Amino acid sequence: MGLKDKLVASYVAMASEPGAHASVAQLRANAIDTFEQQGFPTKKMEEWKYTSLNALVKTDFSVFPKRTKELTLSDVQRYILHDVDTYKIVLVDGIYSAFLSETTHEGMDVCLMSAALTMPKYKKVIDAYFDQIADREDSLTALNTALTKEGAFIHIPKGKVVEKPIQIIHFSTGINSNLMLQPRNLIVVDSNAEVQIIERHQSLSDVSVFTNSVTEIFTLKGAQVDYYKIQNDHQEASLIDSTYISQQKHSHAKVHTFSFGGKLIRNNLHFYHKDSAIESTMKGITLIEGKQLVDHHTLVHHAHPNSNSHQEYKGIYDGQSTGVFNGKILVEQEAQKTNAFQQNNNILMSDKATINTKPQLEIFADDVKCSHGCTIGQLDESALFYLQTRGIPKKEARALLTYAFANNVLSSVGISSVKSRINTLIAKKLGVNLGFNL
Amino acid sequence: MLSIDNLHAQVEGKKILNGIHLDVKAGEVHAIMGPNGSGKSTLSTVIAGHEDYEVTKGNVLFQGTDIGELSADERAHLGVFLSFQYPVEIPGVTVTNFIKTAINETRKAQGLDEMPANVMLKKIKEKAKLLGIDTHFLSRSLNDGFSGGEKKRNEIFQMAMLEPKLAILDETDSGLDIDALRVVANGVNTLRSKDNAIIVITHYQRLLDYIVPDFVHVLHEGKIVKSGTKELALELEEKGYDWIKQAI
Repeated sequence: MGLKDKLVASYVAMASEPGAHASVAQLRANAIDTFEQQGFPTKKMEEWKYTSLNALVKTDFSVFPKRTKELTLSDVQRYILHDVDTYKIVLVDGIYSAFLSETTHEGMDVCLMSAALTMPKYKKVIDAYFDQIADREDSLTALNTALTKEGAFIHIPKGKVVEKPIQIIHFSTGINSNLMLQPRNLIVVDSNAEVQIIERHQSLSDVSVFTNSVTEIFTLKGAQVDYYKIQNDHQEASLIDSTYISQQKHSHAKVHTFSFGGKLIRNNLHFYHKDSAIESTMKGITLIEGKQLVDHHTLVHHAHPNSNSHQEYKGIYDGQSTGVFNGKILVEQEAQKTNAFQQNNNILMSDKATINTKPQLEIFADDVKCSHGCTIGQLDESALFYLQTRGIPKKEARALLTYAFANNVLSSVGISSVKSRINTLIAKKLGVNLGFNL
Repeated sequence: MLSIDNLHAQVEGKKILNGIHLDVKAGEVHAIMGPNGSGKSTLSTVIAGHEDYEVTKGNVLFQGTDIGELSADERAHLGVFLSFQYPVEIPGVTVTNFIKTAINETRKAQGLDEMPANVMLKKIKEKAKLLGIDTHFLSRSLNDGFSGGEKKRNEIFQMAMLEPKLAILDETDSGLDIDALRVVANGVNTLRSKDNAIIVITHYQRLLDYIVPDFVHVLHEGKIVKSGTKELALELEEKGYDWIKQAI
């Protein structure tokens, strides 16, 4: 049985289990139909031209974990930010770990998707938001809707400024051979509320894992979300991350994506403007090597006047790695006075690395400012020589220039421990210890 | 300190240096002058160890060691410093972080521990003051948007921080107004000692009023065609380079 059939069969088995709200059950039924009709995306599709799921689809993944493994804090501590006090939602092989987590219901909900999908007290919010901004026509998103059992459910009430960042961490242990995971996060940030979230997927073994993650974020009027995705996974781990953000008036959603490792990473990051005077920020650093592939597909849907979007992605590709950047900005006729800025800069460190970059601007309004730019280059040889004459060896000089290249993206990181973690990861990736933070 | 014997060098197949002989001892200041295209900048680049410049004949000894096979950073670790005619702009790295990295990488190569942060800070402040550099300047990106004068001042600041044994100043006077020239020259003079040596590469005599050389050499078509004392520079200023060319 192929992976697609296996997934559909798993849905049938799961649907007979009682539990989820009626609305959810209906959405799941529709979603599995969509997936069954469309199947996995292929390279024949424009949106998947450079990224093949072929090898993954041919792998025999198990759909739900059969066994569970208890992790101790020392197993995973290095993947968790601990120099700052945080809430934590930790999943191990797709299953909630109460031991590693720190949730709350005091004045807000930072808890589990499984609870939200089944418990009566969450019915109203689930009916209002679950699967309401995700792209139901996207086959992988539909697959997640049909099969997801767990993830983070975060509901911040009006005016609440959450003091502690929230970490959402998914571990896979490798105890279940070749696991496919379908985590689902729902984040609702009510009017004038503010929250910072850090998300990470981490494999703890060299067993193949395939994560098809979907996150829906709703920023209501004047709300602020500051979201960090740390993608520094094992060589055999693949991730499809689809994040859909719905924004109301005066809201600001900011997403930083740090893609440093994994076999294949595909980020679909979509911002939808539901009113005017909105800010959307998306920034990313991709730093990969070997045969890794990182694909960023962004979409900003400007549908109302006086809004700004700002995107800045930096890529550094070594070895035979491949990068894809496709940035789509859609400005509707009504969205006058839109400011949309997009920048994608890339450095190829080797002759065999590839980057495919494509700005895609569709503008139907006439009074707008939209700019985009992309560059592909190499490290500046004259700068390398300059640094060397100051006693900085070539390897360190390359690292320093790489840091410098990525620096604008780091400068907007709002959590200092995230910033220093990213600095450390970059230094580690480049095999140097420069002993300072930019 | 530096002994150059019959040095021939080329870049991208083009011969630029055609048999240079030069001896520089500790405590000395040498000026190398010459018309455009005579090979002045190439000579400094070759001494500093640029990979693209190929030495085809002859050798360069630094403190008795042949440095021909050493990379630019290894030469820097021995105490060779090149002040660039056109310092490279590096957005995203602050002057302070750059100089910290340079010093600590050099110390690492010399088997020393990193310089303690407070010692580093004190030294940075002291040397910045020497060159009339404002402290906010130190948190700017390296050479990024600096004026010509700021770039040159920053080069000499780095020299002051790194304390090289041999400093080569390539056209340090270009782009400087007379006030900036005085500050930079004063900085260089403060750093002069009996233990280090300086090679000043310049097109004009002007800088040599402030940094007074012990010897002056004239470079022409990749060779030193005339050597003398500081009076030679004055003569060149008066008569131009054609006089030398005709004399050959």
